[in-house]
Amino acid sequence: MSSSIPSSASYEPTRRGVPVRTAPLLELQNLSTHYVSAQGTRVVRAVDDVSLRIHAGETLGIVGESGSGKSTLALTILRILPPAARIVSGKMLFEGEDLLERSDAEMRHVRGKRIAMILQDPMASLNPLFTIGDQVGEPIRWHDGASRATAWGRAKELLKAVRIPSPETRVTQYPHEMSGGMRQRIVGAIGISCEPRLLIADEPTTSLDLTIQAQYLNLLRDLQREYHLALIFITHNLGIVAKMCDQLAVMYAGRVVESGPVSQIFNSPAHPYTEALLNSIPRMTDGAQRLIAIDGQPPDLAALPPGCAFAPRCPRAFARCREAAPPVFSEGGGRTARCWLAAGSGAA
Amino acid sequence: MSTQAEIIALPPRLRWRRVSLRLGDFPLIPTLILLSVALVAIFANVLAPHNPEVGSLAARFRPPFWQTGGSTQYFLGTDQLGRDVLSRLIFGARVSMIVGFTAVIFAGVVGTGLGIISGYLGGWVDQVIMRLTDTWLALPALTFAIFLAAIVGPSMWNIVIILGITYWTRYARVIRGEVLSLKEREFVRLAIVAGCSKWTIMRRHILPNVINSAIVLGTLMLGVVIITEATLSFLGVGVPPPQPAWGLMLSDGKQGLMVGRWWLTIFPGCCIMLMVLSANLLGDWLRVKLDPQLRQL
Repeated sequence: MSSSIPSSASYEPTRRGVPVRTAPLLELQNLSTHYVSAQGTRVVRAVDDVSLRIHAGETLGIVGESGSGKSTLALTILRILPPAARIVSGKMLFEGEDLLERSDAEMRHVRGKRIAMILQDPMASLNPLFTIGDQVGEPIRWHDGASRATAWGRAKELLKAVRIPSPETRVTQYPHEMSGGMRQRIVGAIGISCEPRLLIADEPTTSLDLTIQAQYLNLLRDLQREYHLALIFITHNLGIVAKMCDQLAVMYAGRVVESGPVSQIFNSPAHPYTEALLNSIPRMTDGAQRLIAIDGQPPDLAALPPGCAFAPRCPRAFARCREAAPPVFSEGGGRTARCWLAAGSGAA
Repeated sequence: MSTQAEIIALPPRLRWRRVSLRLGDFPLIPTLILLSVALVAIFANVLAPHNPEVGSLAARFRPPFWQTGGSTQYFLGTDQLGRDVLSRLIFGARVSMIVGFTAVIFAGVVGTGLGIISGYLGGWVDQVIMRLTDTWLALPALTFAIFLAAIVGPSMWNIVIILGITYWTRYARVIRGEVLSLKEREFVRLAIVAGCSKWTIMRRHILPNVINSAIVLGTLMLGVVIITEATLSFLGVGVPPPQPAWGLMLSDGKQGLMVGRWWLTIFPGCCIMLMVLSANLLGDWLRVKLDPQLRQL
């Protein structure tokens, strides 16, 4: 299956139209994470044979329904999975080194320092008992061994970077003295405090109202440009993907069913699931009265159908789909699709 | 319209009530009692009119000064060895305070530490610590304390260790429960994501968040610990005799109760009661004030 993925040298990310031919910052190769029940009888394939690449300065959007393995994938990258989860196979190359071969102690120096993450609910991500300065400065003290005074000075700069007014007074305040939007930006400041190469944002805007959402997304984009961050954006909001991302990976039942540059996928989705997702975006313009939904339920990840996991819900499924799971087909231009329909069009 | 008029009419009374609640529920008298006992304990050397451990047999069983036969030389009378009751009460306060506070702190440090480790690490560590506390709690505290005292022998510092060993489980239980909910909070997950080690998270993020509960529990435990100390002394396995302790004074005075020597038991009894009551009232107030569920924000 992996042979069908183009090698990294021929892969051309299209960040603002400029082709880049460098080694990817993070490369996941056939990564699988399974949750195993206590008796070992039930295996939930939360992340199954996922291969992805992200280059420095690029934004990769990961979309999918709830339970499609998006968050587990993020936890896998940082290796902070719950005890029941096992990374069963694959490679995770970050700046050329396989993170799966690192010890737990070594991983702690990767987390927060080289790969940072913004959690689903940044509103609750601050410890109510410490000042903002202490919390923003904590990763710097922890990872770089900075003194408290240096960390505070840096915290002020970071607050300025995330556009919090009068950072001098804000560092001495506590989380309950901040508004929701401010707390959010502070969490962003903690994320970039050690100048990581990669920032993973797991649905960072779901708990925000729309106006603050837009502000926050703009801020993330600016920070990304300023620090040349690679950003993995996990969301189920395709509108955010269109606004934020260069590359897109669509996940279904633990697998990446389609990946490639956002604009191309939006214009001509190769996988019926992506197509269905795009069709289900409500549009105000076409006068449609009903919301279009994808029929059926996502499959049980512990008992996947023998063929393509999407086949039972797929409007274009045919006999082969129910018999064998499709491998990854390359579509050219860095696009891949896990669908038999793509078998003819690409170099399988 | 009438409801609107009522709403307008209500505020002044409401506001008055809120202010009175805010100022009025601070347990001023219990705090003053605890503070004065603490001061008496600290300055016992200066305040006590007589040596608490040496009496004159010529002056046995003197009643308090206002009764016939009493004198202001022995303000609250003397005991069977002619020792001044007031001086013994004053030095007894020192024993109660030292035993009370150090035992509570000792039990608190052990219990909170084990509670955090148990709750945060989970798994077999949690199982071992919690089954241990279950076993501990299954034993009646007083019987267990007497058993321990019989092993290590009576002395004031042994009592501290015994009480600490007896009561740490209460902290461990409560703190573990809080840690279980705390460790699922987003800020702990953010710390994990930021690369903190388990010990750093327990120290920097969990401990400060459970310290409130530990303090409340400690204040409430103060009363229990003082009572237990008095009980152990009363039973003769606590503070050894020449030293003045309230429980010991009760025990010594109990024979005299039937022949009207009431001052030997009433005064130490009142001291124990006042101190325990004060500690409990203060602890109760702290519990309400510091409980995150009852408190706004």
